[in-house]
Amino acid sequence: MNELHSVDFRSYGWRCLYVLVAVLGTTALMIWISFLPHYSWAAKAALILCVACVNAGLVAGFLMHLFSEKKMIYTLLAFVAVCCAGLMGLTIYAMHDMPPGTVFH
Amino acid sequence: MEIPYVVQPRPDTGVYNAKVGIWLFLASEVMLFGALFSAYVLLRVGAEPGTWPHGWQNLTLGTINTVILATSAITTLLAWVACKTRQIGRFKFFHGATLLLALTFLGVKSEEYREHLNHYEIQLADGRIAEGDMRENDPKQDDVLIDGRYVMDEKELYDLRAQRETRPQAIKIPRAQIKEMENYGPWHNTYLALYFTLTGLHALHVLGGGLVIGFLWGPGRRLWETNPEQFTNRVEISGLFWHFVDLVWIFLFPVLYLM
Repeated sequence: MNELHSVDFRSYGWRCLYVLVAVLGTTALMIWISFLPHYSWAAKAALILCVACVNAGLVAGFLMHLFSEKKMIYTLLAFVAVCCAGLMGLTIYAMHDMPPGTVFH
Repeated sequence: MEIPYVVQPRPDTGVYNAKVGIWLFLASEVMLFGALFSAYVLLRVGAEPGTWPHGWQNLTLGTINTVILATSAITTLLAWVACKTRQIGRFKFFHGATLLLALTFLGVKSEEYREHLNHYEIQLADGRIAEGDMRENDPKQDDVLIDGRYVMDEKELYDLRAQRETRPQAIKIPRAQIKEMENYGPWHNTYLALYFTLTGLHALHVLGGGLVIGFLWGPGRRLWETNPEQFTNRVEISGLFWHFVDLVWIFLFPVLYLM
């Protein structure tokens, strides 16, 4: 990002404002979805999490400059993604891994 | 001794050392919050239907904090751009704004905690349950006074969003009738234990980030006079941490306030 010396502060500020509006818009969308009356909890949770991922993508991509980072950082993040997927996978696996003779009420 | 690659990128990584360092640190932070989120998922999915609290958080305060954190993410980025474009005056303004927003976030979060700790569930000897905000709880008095309502079944307490339409009433309860009384602290149930753990850890990150931002805004700014490039890199590193704090909140808000 060293080429920023040539960037006009005002135009960068406008770009930031667009991102802020998008982040706040997606937040409003999540709140609206949570109040939808005729959808199940699972459907609403899935929709809300999808919108949250878009929101997170905006922050990570633009504000953390992940859209234009070096290969080293991407490699590091790929390792994190694999570890996180493993962590969540273990959670899902553990949910069905009951000792023999477990009684459910 | 001079520390290498504090300004110039290392040839093999392509970035300066502190940037690799902060990304490694953020990777460990992702695993920390990931473990807590997976614990939340495990307990949420494993809960009996209808027994997981819904609408227990103050959505207005949660939304205000979301706006505050999103705005602070922009101000911290603009502070870094100001450094890059050599405008120290603008840097001071935007970094100062970030610091103020961080303190405001913590203030709002404290108010949320106060609300929870002042909210009580009171089980009565006749089987009813009273629930609401405590108004008077003087041990010398024979009664306690709450702003709330009575319910017959504990399951009615789980969906507070559905109960918001009913206006709370002032209820005086004789102490002799009280079987058990407990506020909505982390000890109350699994959901609140997770809520206080996740948001408490996040608030500690906000505090830590705020301290670093405050240092760079105050005494740490002296580096600008001698080595503006290194100072700019420090601002970028603090900004990356701050954006991570914002990222965590982006998932905490829907999980704890909306689902």
